Amino acid sequence: MRDPNDTILTVENMSVEFPTLSGAVTAVRDVSFSVGREKVGIIGESGSGKSTTGRAIMRLQPPKAVVKADRIQFENIDLMRASEEQMLSVRGKQIAMILQDPKYSLNPVMTVGEQISETVILHEHVTRKQARERTLAMLERVNIRDPRRVFDLYPHEVSGGMGQRIMISMMLIASPSLIIADEPTSALDVTVRQQVLSILDDLVTERNIGLIFISHDLNLVRSFCDRVIIMYAGRIVETVAAADLDNARHPYTRGLLNALPSLDHPRDRLEVLRRDPTWLEN
Amino acid sequence: MTRSGYFNDLHNWLISEDFTSTRQARLHKAYVAWLSLLANPLAFAGFAVVILLIIIATLAPIITLYDPVSQDLTIALKAPSAAHWFGTDEFGRDVYARLVYGARTTLYISILVTVIVAPMGFVIGAMSGYLGGWIDVVLMRITDIFLSFPSLVLALAFSAALGPGIENAVIAIALTVWPPIARLARAETLTFRNADFVVAAELQGAGMWRILLRHIVPLCAPSIVVRLTLNMSSIILTAAGLGFLGLGAQPPMPEWGAMAASGRQYLLDAWWLTTIPGIAILTVSLAFNLLGDGLRDIMDPRNA
Amino acid sequence: MSIAQTTEQSYPDSRKLLSGLRKIATSFAVILTTLFGLLVITFIVGRMVPADPVIAVVGDQADQATYDRVFTEMGLDRPLYVQFGHYLADIAKLDFGQSHVTKNPVASDLARVFPATLELATLATLIGACFGVPLGVVAAVRKGTWVDHIARVVGLLGYSTPIFWLGTIVILVFYAKFGLIPAGGRIDIYNEGLVEGPTNSLLIDSLLAREWDVFWSAMHHVITPALILGYAAMAYLSRMSRSFMLEQLRQEYILTARAKGLGKRPIVWRHAFRNIRVQLLTVVALAYCGLLDGTVLIETVFAWPGLGQYLTSALFFADMNAVLGSVLLIGIISIAINLLSDIVYRFIDPRTR
Repeated sequence: MRDPNDTILTVENMSVEFPTLSGAVTAVRDVSFSVGREKVGIIGESGSGKSTTGRAIMRLQPPKAVVKADRIQFENIDLMRASEEQMLSVRGKQIAMILQDPKYSLNPVMTVGEQISETVILHEHVTRKQARERTLAMLERVNIRDPRRVFDLYPHEVSGGMGQRIMISMMLIASPSLIIADEPTSALDVTVRQQVLSILDDLVTERNIGLIFISHDLNLVRSFCDRVIIMYAGRIVETVAAADLDNARHPYTRGLLNALPSLDHPRDRLEVLRRDPTWLEN
Repeated sequence: MTRSGYFNDLHNWLISEDFTSTRQARLHKAYVAWLSLLANPLAFAGFAVVILLIIIATLAPIITLYDPVSQDLTIALKAPSAAHWFGTDEFGRDVYARLVYGARTTLYISILVTVIVAPMGFVIGAMSGYLGGWIDVVLMRITDIFLSFPSLVLALAFSAALGPGIENAVIAIALTVWPPIARLARAETLTFRNADFVVAAELQGAGMWRILLRHIVPLCAPSIVVRLTLNMSSIILTAAGLGFLGLGAQPPMPEWGAMAASGRQYLLDAWWLTTIPGIAILTVSLAFNLLGDGLRDIMDPRNA
Repeated sequence: MSIAQTTEQSYPDSRKLLSGLRKIATSFAVILTTLFGLLVITFIVGRMVPADPVIAVVGDQADQATYDRVFTEMGLDRPLYVQFGHYLADIAKLDFGQSHVTKNPVASDLARVFPATLELATLATLIGACFGVPLGVVAAVRKGTWVDHIARVVGLLGYSTPIFWLGTIVILVFYAKFGLIPAGGRIDIYNEGLVEGPTNSLLIDSLLAREWDVFWSAMHHVITPALILGYAAMAYLSRMSRSFMLEQLRQEYILTARAKGLGKRPIVWRHAFRNIRVQLLTVVALAYCGLLDGTVLIETVFAWPGLGQYLTSALFFADMNAVLGSVLLIGIISIAINLLSDIVYRFIDPRTR
């Protein structure tokens, strides 16, 4: 059974700063959390630092950004102190990242199959023929019928939902143990979201791996994830189990919850979140 | 209030972003652009050279000792010396003086071409973008036709047909420079064509010309200015090329390209006749390119 | 079958064929109108000439009767649009008139000089592309470092240098002072006329005929003007490829590639570069057309017997038929090159299929 106590990733006191003309801007401030073989959601509004956190873990932050941390422990490597060469063998193979919009995140001039095969050839040094077999198998695994035809398609020839499934195939084909999904369903139609989410769920459960699900959609995360981390202005303000979300204590979380409309408890007015500057203090 | 205190206050006023009037906002923008220019040494160097060019051309009679056109065959083809800083040419004319007066010719051509091309290109491009439909198609076809000729060749053809002379060279060059400006104006106009504020102005009853002049021009102006500055270098090079081939400014009027051409015959004995004008062309061209690059970086910092 | 899949089926073949045909037809229409416009322009330029074309034929000693006779013969009494019609008909027959300098039909003159220019321009473009594109790519990848700065300086100088001056200086230094290069011409007199080949390109023909001496002599003569022109092309191409590359490196799919664990080299060449191939093709074609400008000047400086030199000597002798014929030919070459690049572009870019 899944053991969330088997910690895959531990982040201790991570900060990310961007130098600007008027001084340094802190996008992420002293963030600490850990992820086991479970689904952890990171919820926040735009600018809360959630995407930056995800990228910083994989050391994919923008070139000007400065990442500081006591430790970013992934299995037996400290990612903070790893060399770029070591990171190259971690990315894609042990940690994978799924981006938001396949219209932009897939290479427009390479066929879908080529892009997926590239991952497995890179990390497992298989032949092209073997890579093709693995790719076709992976495409089937994400519920794409007729994988042989899709293999030769270009990204602009597939729909959004299929594009995200291709993204998932590309990132999971080398069997990583941690996935960071940055708003994976935000660019999809509502009807397609559930399909993609259920595929993701299946894969994560089947392989017994960890998932960090970054999103701004609280409803989505509370039904999909096991635990929820809430970020505001670069800090973590609360961490709570998804089932316990209604008992959250931090005023920001409560504000978010109260702003959600509910069919079960209809209200005349939805509360407007009141931001308290004291939340910005440490 | 001390002098430095005054400047300090002025600086702070210009830098602050709390605008109290349109004039302050505009001055702020200009001042920030000026500061960025200062911060970019290469661009500032280009700017300085351009200013220097203008000064030299204006002060030509004052800073030269000799007349650029009077001949004295007894001192022909003399090497650079204290008396003649850049030597003399085959007719005994002081090369330095001809160079300085040649700056006037260069400026004359550049300014005239720009003055013709900027409104012409803008009007054609903006009309094309604004009205759309078959006007757009026809105007763009015409633009493409002009674009399909290499510019020197086209300028050559027109120059040859119109006959030698500096004004004809100006017309010929202008006819090759307007297409890119028109394209740019069209692209910019199209961006804003369906913007809400344009539609609002139309609903208020503003005619096309009013909208173009008051709304589109200020929006297009920065990129057109940048493009014109960058084009200036190729205008100068084309003018020099025409001069080299004997078109454009006619003797005895000094023109850098023509000077380089006539100097070729004496290349082995009097290297300064061709080298020096060429260096002048290179410097001015480079200056405009640096300035244009710098301006473009100011307008669109992502390209830096 | 999911809904997403059914909407992705490719059109039945006939629809794709029709839309493809329509695109080709539109391109053709564009080409034809451009060509037509070119002809209009050259016709107008020809008529703007202050010199009297009749006098050019009969001389200024002829009497009025001869003048009138030739006037009617040349069709100058007809309305302008009829004259234009005659002009078009002549062009279609490849009759560009007669050069009063060489006394040959302009068309045959052009056929004689055109291959030399083609050889020079093609070689120069190749040099420019082979050096300029990698330079631009490296400058983009290492943006802000000294490589980038050097590339920009080299590019800027290439843009700003008057090419006729550079050619002259190079001759001054390398011929007059060091005697390394020939003073000009296409081949030295010992080897002239030894090779008559199918392509009229001395380099290729001498290779085909295995005449190594001729080949080396031809190469020795062509390399300097080609390098100078190539430098100008390189400046342009390095700047453009740097700009294209920078734009690609900002895209999301590069982040995906990095997240996969790909190293720098495959990301730059296998991913980013593949996306700029099409744009590069377009600018290489543009560079080629831009070089046609430069060849006019360089051929004059290096006495290279090509189209450019023909044009400048025609200008010098006010041989308007030759001038117009050359200008028209250059315009046609430009259109042809752009058309070619358009066609190849359609084949390479999967997004347009």
